[in-house]
Amino acid sequence: MHSKTIAELGAAMQAGEFSSVELTRHFIERIERLNGDLNALITPTPDQALAEAEAADRVIRSGQAGPLTGIPLVQKDIFCTQGVKTSCGSRMLDSFISPYDATVVERLKQAGTVSLGKANMDEFAMGSSNETSYYGPVRNPWDQNRVPGGSSGGSAAAVAARIAVAGTGTDTGGSIRQPAALCGITGLKPTYGRVSRFGMIAFASSLDQAGPMTRSAEDAAMLLQAMAGFDSRDSTCADQPVPDYSATLNDSLRGLKIGLPREYFDAGLDSAVAASIDGAIGLYKQLGAEVVDISLPNTALAVPTYYVVAPAECSSNLSRFDGVRFGYRCEDPKDLEDLYKRSRGEGFGAEVKRRILIGTYALSAGYYDAYYLKAQKTRHLISDDFKRAFETVDVIMGPTTPTTAFALGEKTDDPVTMYLNDIYTIAANLAGLPGISIPVQPVNGLPVGLQIIGNYFTEGKLLNVAHRLQAETDWHLQTAEGFA
Amino acid sequence: MSLDKSDVEKIAHLARMALDESHIDAYVEDLSNILDLVEQLEAANTDTIEPMSHPLHMAQRMRSDEVTEGDCREVNQAVAPKTENGLYLVPKVIE
Repeated sequence: MHSKTIAELGAAMQAGEFSSVELTRHFIERIERLNGDLNALITPTPDQALAEAEAADRVIRSGQAGPLTGIPLVQKDIFCTQGVKTSCGSRMLDSFISPYDATVVERLKQAGTVSLGKANMDEFAMGSSNETSYYGPVRNPWDQNRVPGGSSGGSAAAVAARIAVAGTGTDTGGSIRQPAALCGITGLKPTYGRVSRFGMIAFASSLDQAGPMTRSAEDAAMLLQAMAGFDSRDSTCADQPVPDYSATLNDSLRGLKIGLPREYFDAGLDSAVAASIDGAIGLYKQLGAEVVDISLPNTALAVPTYYVVAPAECSSNLSRFDGVRFGYRCEDPKDLEDLYKRSRGEGFGAEVKRRILIGTYALSAGYYDAYYLKAQKTRHLISDDFKRAFETVDVIMGPTTPTTAFALGEKTDDPVTMYLNDIYTIAANLAGLPGISIPVQPVNGLPVGLQIIGNYFTEGKLLNVAHRLQAETDWHLQTAEGFA
Repeated sequence: MSLDKSDVEKIAHLARMALDESHIDAYVEDLSNILDLVEQLEAANTDTIEPMSHPLHMAQRMRSDEVTEGDCREVNQAVAPKTENGLYLVPKVIE
Protein backbone atom coordinates (compact mmCIF):
# COMPACT_ATOMS: atom_id res chain seq x y z
CA MET A 1 0.00 0.00 0.00
CA HIS A 2 2.87 2.40 0.78
CA SER A 3 4.29 2.10 -2.75
CA LYS A 4 1.20 3.24 -4.63
CA THR A 5 0.68 6.64 -6.21
CA ILE A 6 -1.97 9.03 -4.92
CA ALA A 7 -4.14 8.29 -7.96
CA GLU A 8 -3.82 4.53 -7.38
CA LEU A 9 -4.64 4.87 -3.69
CA GLY A 10 -7.65 7.06 -4.44
CA ALA A 11 -8.97 4.58 -7.01
CA ALA A 12 -8.42 1.62 -4.67
CA MET A 13 -10.26 3.34 -1.81
CA GLN A 14 -13.15 4.31 -4.06
CA ALA A 15 -13.32 0.73 -5.39
CA GLY A 16 -13.53 -0.49 -1.80
CA GLU A 17 -10.25 -2.45 -1.91
CA PHE A 18 -9.23 -0.84 1.37
CA SER A 19 -10.43 2.05 3.48
CA SER A 20 -8.63 5.22 4.46
CA VAL A 21 -8.61 3.92 8.05
CA GLU A 22 -6.81 0.74 6.90
CA LEU A 23 -4.38 2.79 4.82
CA THR A 24 -3.76 5.17 7.71
CA ARG A 25 -3.20 2.29 10.16
CA HIS A 26 -0.67 0.85 7.74
CA PHE A 27 1.30 4.13 7.76
CA ILE A 28 0.98 4.55 11.54
CA GLU A 29 2.47 1.07 11.93
CA ARG A 30 5.33 2.00 9.59
CA ILE A 31 5.94 5.21 11.53
CA GLU A 32 6.06 3.29 14.83
CA ARG A 33 8.52 0.82 13.36
CA LEU A 34 10.76 3.08 11.26
CA ASN A 35 10.61 6.63 12.59
CA GLY A 36 12.68 5.97 15.70
CA ASP A 37 15.93 5.79 13.72
CA LEU A 38 15.02 8.40 11.13
CA ASN A 39 13.58 11.09 13.46
CA ALA A 40 11.59 12.36 10.47
CA LEU A 41 8.42 13.00 12.48
CA ILE A 42 8.67 14.95 15.74
CA THR A 43 4.97 15.02 16.61
CA PRO A 44 3.08 12.02 15.26
CA THR A 45 -0.71 12.46 15.59
CA PRO A 46 -2.12 8.92 15.17
CA ASP A 47 -5.42 9.56 16.97
CA GLN A 48 -6.17 12.64 14.92
CA ALA A 49 -5.10 10.78 11.77
CA LEU A 50 -7.54 7.94 12.44
CA ALA A 51 -10.36 10.39 13.13
CA GLU A 52 -9.61 12.18 9.85
CA ALA A 53 -9.44 8.82 8.05
CA GLU A 54 -12.86 7.83 9.42
CA ALA A 55 -14.27 11.13 8.16
CA ALA A 56 -12.61 10.50 4.78
CA ASP A 57 -14.17 7.04 4.59
CA ARG A 58 -17.61 8.56 5.17
CA VAL A 59 -16.98 10.98 2.28
CA ILE A 60 -15.81 8.11 0.06
CA ARG A 61 -18.91 6.05 0.91
CA SER A 62 -21.14 9.01 0.07
CA GLY A 63 -19.59 9.20 -3.39
CA GLN A 64 -18.26 12.71 -2.79
CA ALA A 65 -14.54 11.84 -2.71
CA GLY A 66 -12.02 14.14 -4.35
CA PRO A 67 -8.59 13.12 -5.64
CA LEU A 68 -6.93 13.55 -2.20
CA THR A 69 -9.67 12.17 0.04
CA GLY A 70 -8.20 9.78 2.60
CA ILE A 71 -4.54 10.26 1.54
CA PRO A 72 -2.13 10.23 4.54
CA LEU A 73 0.58 12.87 4.55
CA VAL A 74 2.86 14.79 6.91
CA GLN A 75 3.02 18.52 7.57
CA LYS A 76 6.34 20.27 8.00
CA ASP A 77 6.34 21.64 11.55
CA ILE A 78 6.54 25.19 10.20
CA PHE A 79 2.81 25.09 9.37
CA CYS A 80 0.47 26.06 12.19
CA THR A 81 -1.91 23.22 13.04
CA GLN A 82 -4.82 24.00 15.34
CA GLY A 83 -4.60 22.11 18.62
CA VAL A 84 -1.34 20.42 17.65
CA LYS A 85 2.14 21.43 18.77
CA THR A 86 3.82 23.61 16.14
CA SER A 87 7.49 23.93 17.14
CA CYS A 88 9.21 25.07 13.92
CA GLY A 89 12.07 22.85 15.11
CA SER A 90 12.84 25.30 17.93
CA ARG A 91 12.97 25.28 21.70
CA MET A 92 11.35 28.72 21.39
CA LEU A 93 8.08 27.07 20.31
CA ASP A 94 8.46 23.78 22.16
CA SER A 95 5.28 24.47 24.13
CA PHE A 96 3.35 26.22 21.36
CA ILE A 97 -0.02 24.68 20.52
CA SER A 98 -1.28 26.64 17.56
CA PRO A 99 -4.67 28.30 18.01
CA TYR A 100 -5.35 28.17 14.25
CA ASP A 101 -4.58 26.32 11.01
CA ALA A 102 -2.30 27.63 8.27
CA THR A 103 -4.07 28.09 4.93
CA VAL A 104 -2.07 25.18 3.49
CA VAL A 105 -3.22 22.94 6.35
CA GLU A 106 -6.81 24.16 6.08
CA ARG A 107 -6.91 23.53 2.31
CA LEU A 108 -5.39 20.07 2.56
CA LYS A 109 -7.90 19.21 5.30
CA GLN A 110 -10.75 20.46 3.12
CA ALA A 111 -9.41 18.25 0.32
CA GLY A 112 -9.85 15.28 2.67
CA THR A 113 -6.21 14.44 3.41
CA VAL A 114 -5.18 12.72 6.63
CA SER A 115 -2.34 14.27 8.65
CA LEU A 116 -0.05 11.64 10.20
CA GLY A 117 1.85 14.29 12.13
CA LYS A 118 4.42 17.04 12.07
CA ALA A 119 7.74 16.63 10.31
CA ASN A 120 11.15 17.56 11.71
CA MET A 121 13.00 20.51 10.17
CA ASP A 122 15.94 22.81 10.67
CA GLU A 123 15.17 25.35 13.38
CA PHE A 124 12.97 28.08 11.86
CA ALA A 125 13.88 26.56 8.45
CA MET A 126 17.45 27.83 8.79
CA GLY A 127 19.75 25.08 7.64
CA SER A 128 20.58 22.74 4.78
CA SER A 129 21.04 19.48 6.66
CA ASN A 130 18.29 19.27 9.28
CA GLU A 131 21.01 19.35 11.93
CA THR A 132 19.91 22.65 13.49
CA SER A 133 16.62 21.17 14.77
CA TYR A 134 16.11 21.38 18.54
CA TYR A 135 14.79 17.82 18.28
CA GLY A 136 17.95 16.37 16.74
CA PRO A 137 18.89 15.60 13.16
CA VAL A 138 16.87 13.57 10.68
CA ARG A 139 18.71 10.64 9.10
CA ASN A 140 18.72 9.97 5.37
CA PRO A 141 16.90 6.70 4.57
CA TRP A 142 19.48 5.93 1.87
CA ASP A 143 22.36 6.03 4.34
CA GLN A 144 21.59 6.76 7.95
CA ASN A 145 25.03 8.28 8.54
CA ARG A 146 24.15 11.02 6.09
CA VAL A 147 21.97 14.09 6.23
CA PRO A 148 18.59 14.23 4.47
CA GLY A 149 19.17 17.86 3.49
CA GLY A 150 17.17 20.74 4.87
CA SER A 151 15.34 22.54 5.95
CA SER A 152 12.37 20.29 4.96
CA GLY A 153 14.45 17.19 5.83
CA GLY A 154 11.73 15.48 7.87
CA SER A 155 9.15 15.64 5.08
CA ALA A 156 11.74 14.46 2.53
CA ALA A 157 12.89 11.52 4.65
CA ALA A 158 9.28 10.56 5.48
CA VAL A 159 8.32 10.37 1.80
CA ALA A 160 11.57 8.59 0.86
CA ALA A 161 11.08 6.04 3.65
CA ARG A 162 7.45 5.57 2.57
CA ILE A 163 6.16 6.39 6.04
CA ALA A 164 3.87 8.96 4.39
CA VAL A 165 2.45 9.25 0.88
CA ALA A 166 3.45 12.89 0.64
CA GLY A 167 4.60 15.86 2.67
CA THR A 168 4.49 19.61 2.71
CA GLY A 169 7.63 21.70 2.65
CA THR A 170 8.77 25.29 2.48
CA ASP A 171 11.60 26.69 0.41
CA THR A 172 13.42 29.95 1.20
CA GLY A 173 16.77 29.13 -0.41
CA GLY A 174 16.31 25.52 -1.53
CA SER A 175 14.61 23.93 1.47
CA ILE A 176 12.20 21.83 -0.63
CA ARG A 177 14.41 21.08 -3.64
CA GLN A 178 17.68 20.28 -1.82
CA PRO A 179 16.25 17.67 0.61
CA ALA A 180 14.13 16.25 -2.23
CA ALA A 181 17.35 15.79 -4.22
CA LEU A 182 19.30 14.22 -1.34
CA CYS A 183 16.44 11.85 -0.43
CA GLY A 184 15.48 10.86 -3.98
CA ILE A 185 11.99 12.35 -4.12
CA THR A 186 10.16 15.01 -6.13
CA GLY A 187 9.96 18.47 -4.58
CA LEU A 188 8.38 21.57 -6.09
CA LYS A 189 8.94 25.15 -5.01
CA PRO A 190 6.19 27.17 -6.66
CA THR A 191 6.40 30.77 -7.85
CA TYR A 192 6.59 33.25 -4.97
CA GLY A 193 2.98 34.02 -4.05
CA ARG A 194 1.46 30.93 -5.67
CA VAL A 195 0.72 29.31 -2.30
CA SER A 196 -0.49 31.28 0.72
CA ARG A 197 2.04 31.92 3.48
CA PHE A 198 -0.68 32.51 6.10
CA GLY A 199 0.08 30.40 9.15
CA MET A 200 3.47 29.38 7.79
CA ILE A 201 5.95 30.62 10.39
CA ALA A 202 7.91 33.36 8.65
CA PHE A 203 11.66 33.19 8.05
CA ALA A 204 12.35 35.54 5.11
CA SER A 205 9.05 36.87 3.85
CA SER A 206 10.14 37.94 0.36
CA LEU A 207 11.58 34.46 -0.31
CA ASP A 208 9.47 31.91 1.61
CA GLN A 209 7.17 29.68 -0.41
CA ALA A 210 5.36 26.42 0.38
CA GLY A 211 5.18 23.42 -1.92
CA PRO A 212 4.57 19.68 -2.24
CA MET A 213 7.11 16.91 -1.56
CA THR A 214 6.07 13.65 -3.17
CA ARG A 215 7.25 10.51 -4.87
CA SER A 216 6.38 11.71 -8.36
CA ALA A 217 5.46 14.76 -10.42
CA GLU A 218 1.99 13.27 -10.90
CA ASP A 219 1.46 13.25 -7.12
CA ALA A 220 2.96 16.74 -6.79
CA ALA A 221 0.47 18.08 -9.35
CA MET A 222 -2.42 16.76 -7.27
CA LEU A 223 -1.08 18.18 -4.02
CA LEU A 224 -0.25 21.59 -5.51
CA GLN A 225 -3.76 21.74 -6.96
CA ALA A 226 -5.14 21.75 -3.42
CA MET A 227 -2.47 24.04 -1.93
CA ALA A 228 -2.30 26.82 -4.54
CA GLY A 229 -4.52 29.83 -5.01
CA PHE A 230 -5.45 33.23 -3.73
CA ASP A 231 -5.83 33.86 -0.02
CA SER A 232 -6.87 37.27 1.29
CA ARG A 233 -5.04 36.55 4.57
CA ASP A 234 -1.62 36.71 2.85
CA SER A 235 -1.10 40.14 1.29
CA THR A 236 1.63 38.77 -1.01
CA CYS A 237 -0.44 35.83 -2.28
CA ALA A 238 -0.93 36.08 -6.05
CA ASP A 239 -4.45 36.66 -7.31
CA GLN A 240 -3.99 34.44 -10.35
CA PRO A 241 -6.11 31.53 -11.60
CA VAL A 242 -4.84 28.03 -10.73
CA PRO A 243 -4.62 25.89 -13.86
CA ASP A 244 -5.39 22.15 -13.90
CA TYR A 245 -1.89 20.81 -13.23
CA SER A 246 -2.79 17.16 -13.91
CA ALA A 247 -4.33 17.95 -17.30
CA THR A 248 -1.03 18.98 -18.91
CA LEU A 249 1.26 16.30 -17.42
CA ASN A 250 1.44 14.32 -20.66
CA ASP A 251 1.92 17.24 -23.08
CA SER A 252 4.57 16.57 -25.70
CA LEU A 253 8.06 17.96 -25.11
CA ARG A 254 8.78 18.21 -28.82
CA GLY A 255 10.43 21.55 -29.47
CA LEU A 256 10.85 22.33 -25.75
CA LYS A 257 13.86 24.61 -25.37
CA ILE A 258 16.02 23.68 -22.37
CA GLY A 259 18.67 26.16 -21.25
CA LEU A 260 21.78 24.81 -19.54
CA PRO A 261 23.46 27.62 -17.59
CA ARG A 262 27.21 27.09 -17.85
CA GLU A 263 27.61 28.53 -14.33
CA TYR A 264 25.67 25.51 -12.96
CA PHE A 265 28.18 23.05 -14.40
CA ASP A 266 31.37 24.64 -13.10
CA ALA A 267 34.27 23.29 -11.12
CA GLY A 268 32.25 23.09 -7.90
CA LEU A 269 30.01 20.34 -9.33
CA ASP A 270 30.89 16.75 -8.47
CA SER A 271 31.79 14.94 -11.72
CA ALA A 272 29.64 11.89 -11.03
CA VAL A 273 26.63 14.13 -10.27
CA ALA A 274 27.36 16.02 -13.52
CA ALA A 275 27.35 12.73 -15.46
CA SER A 276 24.01 11.80 -13.94
CA ILE A 277 22.51 15.18 -14.92
CA ASP A 278 23.95 14.84 -18.45
CA GLY A 279 22.29 11.43 -18.74
CA ALA A 280 18.87 12.88 -17.91
CA ILE A 281 19.35 15.75 -20.33
CA GLY A 282 20.19 13.18 -23.03
CA LEU A 283 16.81 11.56 -22.40
CA TYR A 284 15.08 14.92 -22.83
CA LYS A 285 16.75 15.25 -26.23
CA GLN A 286 15.32 11.85 -27.15
CA LEU A 287 11.90 13.16 -26.09
CA GLY A 288 12.25 15.92 -28.68
CA ALA A 289 13.62 18.75 -26.56
CA GLU A 290 16.28 21.11 -27.81
CA VAL A 291 19.21 22.00 -25.57
CA VAL A 292 20.74 25.48 -25.57
CA ASP A 293 23.80 26.73 -23.71
CA ILE A 294 22.98 29.83 -21.71
CA SER A 295 24.67 32.04 -19.16
CA LEU A 296 23.37 33.37 -15.85
CA PRO A 297 26.39 35.63 -15.32
CA ASN A 298 25.51 36.80 -11.82
CA THR A 299 25.15 33.30 -10.35
CA ALA A 300 28.14 33.80 -8.03
CA LEU A 301 26.33 36.71 -6.38
CA ALA A 302 23.34 34.58 -5.33
CA VAL A 303 24.72 33.11 -2.09
CA PRO A 304 26.20 36.40 -0.79
CA THR A 305 23.02 38.28 -1.75
CA TYR A 306 20.91 35.71 0.05
CA TYR A 307 23.00 35.94 3.21
CA VAL A 308 22.11 39.60 3.50
CA VAL A 309 18.45 39.52 2.41
CA ALA A 310 17.42 36.38 4.31
CA PRO A 311 19.07 37.25 7.65
CA ALA A 312 17.79 40.83 7.43
CA GLU A 313 14.21 39.63 6.99
CA CYS A 314 14.74 36.90 9.60
CA SER A 315 16.00 39.36 12.23
CA SER A 316 12.89 41.43 11.65
CA ASN A 317 10.44 38.48 11.58
CA LEU A 318 11.91 36.77 14.63
CA SER A 319 11.75 39.92 16.74
CA ARG A 320 8.20 38.77 17.57
CA PHE A 321 9.66 36.08 19.83
CA ASP A 322 10.03 38.15 22.98
CA GLY A 323 8.86 35.80 25.73
CA VAL A 324 5.70 37.83 26.33
CA ARG A 325 2.79 36.71 24.19
CA PHE A 326 3.73 33.16 23.24
CA GLY A 327 6.75 30.90 23.07
CA TYR A 328 9.60 30.30 25.50
CA ARG A 329 10.12 32.53 28.55
CA CYS A 330 13.25 32.37 30.72
CA GLU A 331 13.01 31.67 34.46
CA ASP A 332 12.87 34.59 36.93
CA PRO A 333 13.58 37.58 34.68
CA LYS A 334 14.90 40.48 36.74
CA ASP A 335 13.50 43.14 34.41
CA LEU A 336 11.93 43.46 30.96
CA GLU A 337 15.24 43.66 29.11
CA ASP A 338 16.48 40.57 30.91
CA LEU A 339 13.23 38.84 29.97
CA TYR A 340 13.74 39.63 26.27
CA LYS A 341 17.43 38.84 26.20
CA ARG A 342 17.44 35.57 28.09
CA SER A 343 14.20 34.28 26.55
CA ARG A 344 15.69 34.82 23.08
CA GLY A 345 19.18 33.69 24.07
CA GLU A 346 17.89 30.44 25.61
CA GLY A 347 15.05 29.84 23.15
CA PHE A 348 17.01 30.12 19.89
CA GLY A 349 19.76 27.76 18.72
CA ALA A 350 23.17 28.76 17.35
CA GLU A 351 22.30 28.99 13.64
CA VAL A 352 19.20 31.09 14.25
CA LYS A 353 21.26 33.38 16.48
CA ARG A 354 23.95 33.75 13.82
CA ARG A 355 21.36 34.82 11.26
CA ILE A 356 19.58 37.22 13.62
CA LEU A 357 22.96 38.81 14.42
CA ILE A 358 23.95 39.13 10.74
CA GLY A 359 20.55 40.59 9.89
CA THR A 360 20.59 42.99 12.81
CA TYR A 361 24.05 44.17 11.76
CA ALA A 362 23.10 44.55 8.08
CA LEU A 363 20.08 46.68 8.99
CA SER A 364 21.77 48.76 11.68
CA ALA A 365 22.40 52.48 11.33
CA GLY A 366 25.35 53.22 9.04
CA TYR A 367 25.40 49.77 7.40
CA TYR A 368 22.01 49.62 5.68
CA ASP A 369 23.22 51.00 2.32
CA ALA A 370 26.39 48.91 2.25
CA TYR A 371 24.59 45.65 2.95
CA TYR A 372 20.81 45.58 2.56
CA LEU A 373 20.41 48.14 -0.22
CA LYS A 374 23.39 46.69 -2.08
CA ALA A 375 21.96 43.17 -1.80
CA GLN A 376 18.56 44.33 -3.07
CA LYS A 377 20.36 45.67 -6.14
CA THR A 378 22.39 42.51 -6.75
CA ARG A 379 19.13 40.62 -6.30
CA HIS A 380 17.82 42.61 -9.26
CA LEU A 381 20.87 41.63 -11.33
CA ILE A 382 20.20 37.95 -10.56
CA SER A 383 16.53 38.32 -11.45
CA ASP A 384 17.43 40.04 -14.74
CA ASP A 385 19.70 37.12 -15.68
CA PHE A 386 16.65 34.83 -15.62
CA LYS A 387 14.49 37.36 -17.43
CA ARG A 388 16.97 37.42 -20.31
CA ALA A 389 17.30 33.62 -20.31
CA PHE A 390 13.55 33.06 -20.53
CA GLU A 391 13.41 35.21 -23.67
CA THR A 392 15.05 32.29 -25.48
CA VAL A 393 14.36 29.11 -23.44
CA ASP A 394 11.27 27.46 -21.91
CA VAL A 395 12.95 25.90 -18.89
CA ILE A 396 16.40 25.91 -17.29
CA MET A 397 18.01 22.67 -16.13
CA GLY A 398 20.95 21.80 -13.95
CA PRO A 399 21.87 19.98 -10.78
CA THR A 400 19.89 20.71 -7.59
CA THR A 401 22.99 20.25 -5.42
CA PRO A 402 26.74 20.11 -6.11
CA THR A 403 27.13 16.69 -4.41
CA THR A 404 25.07 13.80 -3.06
CA ALA A 405 24.10 13.73 0.64
CA PHE A 406 27.03 14.55 2.94
CA ALA A 407 27.78 12.93 6.28
CA LEU A 408 26.10 14.01 9.51
CA GLY A 409 28.40 16.48 11.26
CA GLU A 410 30.57 17.04 8.17
CA LYS A 411 29.68 20.70 7.68
CA THR A 412 28.32 21.82 11.04
CA ASP A 413 31.55 23.51 12.15
CA ASP A 414 31.70 25.88 9.22
CA PRO A 415 28.52 27.82 8.41
CA VAL A 416 29.89 29.26 5.16
CA THR A 417 30.67 25.79 3.74
CA MET A 418 27.13 24.77 4.64
CA TYR A 419 25.71 27.86 2.93
CA LEU A 420 27.57 27.16 -0.32
CA ASN A 421 25.70 23.86 -0.57
CA ASP A 422 22.68 25.87 -1.76
CA ILE A 423 24.53 27.52 -4.62
CA TYR A 424 22.20 26.19 -7.36
CA THR A 425 18.88 26.66 -5.55
CA ILE A 426 19.08 30.12 -3.99
CA ALA A 427 18.84 32.17 -7.20
CA ALA A 428 15.31 30.92 -7.97
CA ASN A 429 14.14 32.19 -4.57
CA LEU A 430 15.76 35.58 -5.07
CA ALA A 431 14.04 35.89 -8.46
CA GLY A 432 10.78 34.36 -7.13
CA LEU A 433 10.75 31.66 -9.82
CA PRO A 434 9.34 28.13 -9.54
CA GLY A 435 11.71 25.16 -9.48
CA ILE A 436 11.36 21.41 -9.15
CA SER A 437 13.86 18.71 -8.20
CA ILE A 438 13.37 15.17 -9.47
CA PRO A 439 15.50 12.08 -8.90
CA VAL A 440 17.82 10.95 -11.70
CA GLN A 441 20.54 8.23 -11.90
CA PRO A 442 21.92 7.70 -8.37
CA VAL A 443 25.65 7.90 -7.62
CA ASN A 444 27.12 5.18 -5.37
CA GLY A 445 23.65 4.31 -4.12
CA LEU A 446 22.81 7.91 -3.20
CA PRO A 447 20.10 9.98 -4.91
CA VAL A 448 20.85 12.83 -7.31
CA GLY A 449 18.39 15.62 -8.11
CA LEU A 450 17.83 17.28 -11.48
CA GLN A 451 16.59 20.83 -11.00
CA ILE A 452 14.20 22.38 -13.51
CA ILE A 453 13.52 26.12 -13.17
CA GLY A 454 10.66 27.76 -15.05
CA ASN A 455 9.31 31.24 -15.68
CA TYR A 456 6.76 32.78 -13.30
CA PHE A 457 3.59 30.70 -12.78
CA THR A 458 4.73 27.86 -15.08
CA GLU A 459 4.34 25.14 -12.42
CA GLY A 460 2.21 23.21 -14.94
CA LYS A 461 5.08 23.18 -17.43
CA LEU A 462 7.61 22.08 -14.78
CA LEU A 463 5.34 19.22 -13.68
CA ASN A 464 4.81 18.24 -17.33
CA VAL A 465 8.55 18.22 -18.04
CA ALA A 466 9.24 16.25 -14.84
CA HIS A 467 6.41 13.77 -15.46
CA ARG A 468 7.52 12.95 -19.01
CA LEU A 469 10.94 11.89 -17.73
CA GLN A 470 9.33 9.87 -14.92
CA ALA A 471 7.10 8.15 -17.48
CA GLU A 472 10.27 6.90 -19.23
CA THR A 473 12.42 6.04 -16.21
CA ASP A 474 12.12 4.39 -12.81
CA TRP A 475 14.49 6.51 -10.71
CA HIS A 476 11.56 8.04 -8.82
CA LEU A 477 10.26 4.55 -7.99
CA GLN A 478 13.50 3.33 -6.41
CA THR A 479 13.28 2.89 -2.66
CA ALA A 480 16.04 2.81 -0.05
CA GLU A 481 16.91 -0.63 1.32
CA GLY A 482 14.78 -1.52 4.31
CA PHE A 483 11.95 0.83 3.31
CA ALA A 484 10.49 -0.88 0.21
CA MET B 1 35.19 42.37 7.20
CA SER B 2 36.30 41.42 10.61
CA LEU B 3 34.23 41.93 13.73
CA ASP B 4 35.62 41.92 17.23
CA LYS B 5 34.11 40.82 20.49
CA SER B 6 32.69 44.23 21.36
CA ASP B 7 31.02 44.47 17.92
CA VAL B 8 29.28 41.16 18.47
CA GLU B 9 28.19 42.17 21.98
CA LYS B 10 26.78 45.42 20.60
CA ILE B 11 24.86 43.64 17.81
CA ALA B 12 23.52 41.09 20.32
CA HIS B 13 22.29 43.97 22.47
CA LEU B 14 20.53 45.54 19.45
CA ALA B 15 18.88 42.17 18.82
CA ARG B 16 17.96 41.91 22.55
CA MET B 17 19.50 38.46 22.60
CA ALA B 18 21.78 37.12 25.32
CA LEU B 19 24.85 35.20 24.12
CA ASP B 20 26.60 32.68 26.29
CA GLU B 21 29.97 34.25 27.23
CA SER B 22 31.79 31.04 26.32
CA HIS B 23 30.35 31.09 22.78
CA ILE B 24 31.16 34.69 21.87
CA ASP B 25 34.53 33.91 20.29
CA ALA B 26 32.86 31.39 17.98
CA TYR B 27 30.24 33.99 16.97
CA VAL B 28 33.03 36.51 16.28
CA GLU B 29 34.70 34.05 13.91
CA ASP B 30 31.52 32.78 12.23
CA LEU B 31 30.02 36.23 11.69
CA SER B 32 33.32 37.55 10.32
CA ASN B 33 33.45 34.64 7.86
CA ILE B 34 29.85 35.25 6.77
CA LEU B 35 30.60 38.95 6.25
CA ASP B 36 33.65 37.99 4.17
CA LEU B 37 31.30 35.98 1.95
CA VAL B 38 28.90 38.90 1.72
CA GLU B 39 31.72 41.28 0.81
CA GLN B 40 31.83 39.68 -2.65
CA LEU B 41 28.85 41.90 -3.47
CA GLU B 42 31.09 44.96 -3.48
CA ALA B 43 32.63 43.89 -6.79
CA ALA B 44 29.25 44.02 -8.56
CA ASN B 45 28.50 47.22 -10.42
CA THR B 46 25.02 48.30 -9.35
CA ASP B 47 25.27 52.03 -10.15
CA THR B 48 22.22 52.07 -12.40
CA ILE B 49 20.30 49.18 -10.77
CA GLU B 50 17.09 49.70 -8.83
CA PRO B 51 16.75 47.79 -5.55
CA MET B 52 14.39 44.82 -5.73
CA SER B 53 12.28 44.32 -2.63
CA HIS B 54 9.61 42.00 -4.00
CA PRO B 55 10.00 39.23 -6.56
CA LEU B 56 6.81 39.96 -8.48
CA HIS B 57 7.02 43.77 -8.38
CA MET B 58 3.45 43.75 -7.12
CA ALA B 59 1.73 46.62 -5.40
CA GLN B 60 0.23 45.89 -2.01
CA ARG B 61 -3.47 45.17 -2.14
CA MET B 62 -5.80 47.43 -0.20
CA ARG B 63 -8.85 46.22 1.66
CA SER B 64 -11.70 47.97 3.36
CA ASP B 65 -11.21 48.65 7.05
CA GLU B 66 -13.71 46.19 8.48
CA VAL B 67 -13.67 43.93 11.52
CA THR B 68 -13.32 40.36 10.27
CA GLU B 69 -12.26 38.52 13.43
CA GLY B 70 -14.29 37.98 16.56
CA ASP B 71 -12.87 38.14 20.08
CA CYS B 72 -9.95 35.68 20.14
CA ARG B 73 -8.39 36.89 23.38
CA GLU B 74 -8.85 33.71 25.37
CA VAL B 75 -7.68 31.45 22.56
CA ASN B 76 -4.62 33.58 21.88
CA GLN B 77 -3.71 34.07 25.52
CA ALA B 78 -3.92 30.35 26.17
CA VAL B 79 -0.42 30.06 24.64
CA ALA B 80 1.08 32.99 26.56
CA PRO B 81 3.73 32.29 29.22
CA LYS B 82 1.96 34.44 31.87
CA THR B 83 -1.37 36.27 31.87
CA GLU B 84 -3.73 37.69 34.47
CA ASN B 85 -7.24 39.09 33.93
CA GLY B 86 -6.70 39.10 30.17
CA LEU B 87 -3.40 40.96 30.40
CA TYR B 88 0.11 39.76 29.58
CA LEU B 89 2.34 39.78 32.65
CA VAL B 90 5.93 41.03 32.45
CA PRO B 91 8.40 42.18 35.13
CA LYS B 92 7.62 45.60 36.59
CA VAL B 93 8.82 48.35 34.22
CA ILE B 94 7.81 51.46 36.20
CA GLU B 95 8.82 51.87 39.84
